Amino acid sequence: MGIKKITTPLADDTVLSLKTGDEVLISGVIYTARDQAHFRLVKLIEENKPLPFDIRGQVIYYVGPTPEKPGEVIGSAGPTTSYRMDKYAPILMKLGLKGMIGKGKRSNEVKEAIQKYKAVYFGAIGGAGALISKSIKSSKVIAYEDLLSEAIRELIVEDFPAIVVNDVYGGDLYEEGRKRYENKYAVND
Amino acid sequence: MRFITSEEISNAVKNLIINSSVSLPEDTYKGLKQAFEKEISESGKTVLRQILLNAEIAETENKPLCQDTGLAVFFVEIGMNVAVRDKNLTDAINEGTRRGYSEGFLRKSTCDPLTRKNIGDNTPAIIHYEFTNGDKLRIMYAAKGGGSENMSGIKMMRPSDGKDGIMDFVVQIMQAAGPNPCPPNIIGVGIGGNFERSAILAKKSLFRKLGERNSDHELDEMEKIILERINNIGTGPMGFGGICTALGVHIIKEPCHIASLPVAVNIECHSHRHAEITI
Ligand code: SF4
Repeated sequence: MGIKKITTPLADDTVLSLKTGDEVLISGVIYTARDQAHFRLVKLIEENKPLPFDIRGQVIYYVGPTPEKPGEVIGSAGPTTSYRMDKYAPILMKLGLKGMIGKGKRSNEVKEAIQKYKAVYFGAIGGAGALISKSIKSSKVIAYEDLLSEAIRELIVEDFPAIVVNDVYGGDLYEEGRKRYENKYAVND
Repeated sequence: MRFITSEEISNAVKNLIINSSVSLPEDTYKGLKQAFEKEISESGKTVLRQILLNAEIAETENKPLCQDTGLAVFFVEIGMNVAVRDKNLTDAINEGTRRGYSEGFLRKSTCDPLTRKNIGDNTPAIIHYEFTNGDKLRIMYAAKGGGSENMSGIKMMRPSDGKDGIMDFVVQIMQAAGPNPCPPNIIGVGIGGNFERSAILAKKSLFRKLGERNSDHELDEMEKIILERINNIGTGPMGFGGICTALGVHIIKEPCHIASLPVAVNIECHSHRHAEITI
């Protein structure tokens, strides 16, 4: 199948070309946000206030890295579990968010929004924070510094490894993958 | 009576925390390697390869294995002939935790449960004490990530549910957890005690070395059956499909009330960071 190289911001045809199960390498700018940052972003939207960055076409990475040591670009930076952002994700997609990177299942509302607003959900490897950090070339806190690891950072990534979990066509790698390997474990010891 | 200073304990705790954040224990690495050889799914193999590579990078570059460096969990065995000087033991461990997470550049993940405001130094640690003979202090530490902890569960079962009911419950928990707890996982099961005790037993069982058999024959059999059933769910590494969803199942049991059958299932992720020291 080969690995697809994609760049951000994500254009519609890029999103449309991605299918569940595709391995991708992402390059360009991505933004970090997890629980508390999402809470604040959605609050701004409710109050009709501008967001700290233009969300159209962008990709949000659900991550709260470890503090960087002196001289490091970023600390360990693997994905956090995405379902905690499910409540907020459709609101952001409505405003033009095109991609999310995290780990774990999404709600039906999120999957529907992915189809409706033409977005994509990527899975990254949880617990591979040291490895993933190597693809992060720069990191800058752009909002909510008081949230420490939960602040919003603008990252420049190069060949960030991920896999398409939910595509615009309704595909879901977690369901398909699980079904394929159900009852395939044989005990041989 | 033998005396240990609180400073010595804080220092030991700090080192346990910093070292285990970057260095995957041998039993875990071995278990992951075996899983890699066994896995038949392509994406599962890719994930396991990257997890192993991540462990190597973390070790050589001195970088945390996972950004979730956990809540600090301790099981401490206190010999009856040892005493702590200066600060009390709990304060000494918390001080070590504070230093470990700050000096090791680890993520501080404790927060107020309602306001969600970060405490800032990853305290308080979760500490369980037991008393033993002798004059030694044994400190067992684990960094427990939130992703896997969140998928854990507890159930006050009916005594009539029996062994089959217990095994079904464990499998159901893993079915519901799916990709969320970063599989492949280690599944700690506590059977008996009471409500809170079963959860502590489940957590404690995670400290058994991966790959080491249960010395209780009946529990050993149950572990094998549950492992097989979990690996037949199909979740696989990171949930992308595969036959390696669990690296191991560890059970501890203890007597319980004649009316009860408490069962707790504590899920641990592949980033199984644990270490211990005896002072
Ligand atoms: S579940 Fe474990 S491996 Fe996954 S992100 Fe949390 S601590 Fe890291």
